[in-house]
Amino acid sequence: MDLFKFFGKSNKSSKNVAKERLKLVLVHDRSDLSPKFLEMVEGDIIRVIKEYAEIDEKGLDIKLTRMKRETDNMPMSALVANIPIIKIKDNKKY
Amino acid sequence: MGKAIVITSGKGGVGKTTTTANIGTGLAILGNKVVVVDTDIGLRNLDVVMGLENRIVYDIVDVVEKTCRLRQGLIRDKRYDGLFLLPAAQTKDKTSINPEQMLELINDLKAEFDYIIIDSPAGIEQGFQNSIAGADEAYIVTTPEISAVRDADRVIGLLEAKGLNNPKLIINRIRHDMVKRGDMMNVEDIIDILAVDLIGVIPDDEAIVISTNKGEPVVVEDEPLSAKAFKNICKRIVGEEVELLNLEDNEGKFSKLIKLLFSK
Repeated sequence: MDLFKFFGKSNKSSKNVAKERLKLVLVHDRSDLSPKFLEMVEGDIIRVIKEYAEIDEKGLDIKLTRMKRETDNMPMSALVANIPIIKIKDNKKY
Repeated sequence: MGKAIVITSGKGGVGKTTTTANIGTGLAILGNKVVVVDTDIGLRNLDVVMGLENRIVYDIVDVVEKTCRLRQGLIRDKRYDGLFLLPAAQTKDKTSINPEQMLELINDLKAEFDYIIIDSPAGIEQGFQNSIAGADEAYIVTTPEISAVRDADRVIGLLEAKGLNNPKLIINRIRHDMVKRGDMMNVEDIIDILAVDLIGVIPDDEAIVISTNKGEPVVVEDEPLSAKAFKNICKRIVGEEVELLNLEDNEGKFSKLIKLLFSK
């Protein structure tokens, strides 16, 4: 049994919960990425990936999302790209 | 030339109007010529918080549309000679005024007053845009709640986009007992998140409810902790260096006595 919890002194006080949630939501609020920005990123990513693989451009999805960093659980914003690959190009030249 | 300060928050109900009334009155107590301007057209309230609701003849829309002269629109406070209110219109809406008209109005007021304290409506639409149009500085009111801090962050971004850089923060309704047991974000937490300068902290205080009931800003009193907090903000505005209030005074003399007895 968790003694801290038993005494009502959880190390996760509600204030820290609030702070953590607030930090997460602000990361997203502040990024304020314009659709144009994501479009440009998308265009560049397609261009680079195409050098190495044939991809399904219509199925491509890029978005900004919030997640916790695995090492220390810090809230972060992440650019998540889902790129369906049809075929990896012939890699003789590498 | 006076200085125009807009009191804003994004979120409603965090104490903008109370803060405007108290800062305006507090600056007048310090001997300044002050006008408080209510820009919440359609939902005016600064008049009742100041206790001047029975004296309104003209309002801000009349002044802007030149239905009356600026002087006719201003209501003299009942306690302080140097304090005036420019009330919002109640039967019109936020689009009755545009930011250009606001800028002209505030500039006219700056020629006559030391301080123009502008009460902003909640939200970030035209009413907000109007309220910040003529302002030299912005003070953001927030409470230690997630929703209020989040909206404050958004408003800080919008203000900076409009060239109102370095807004200052007023944290309202801090409860020392809850902060102490870790159930409320403290001043450092909020400053840390919003990354702006602090101009004052107002404790959650029954005296504010009582004084608002009576239509007298709490700052006219001597004893309440919130009155002292507002007085300190006013002193900082006029350039004095004042330390932050020790909110532990809240505890009362009895518990202090007990602590004293047991600390031996």
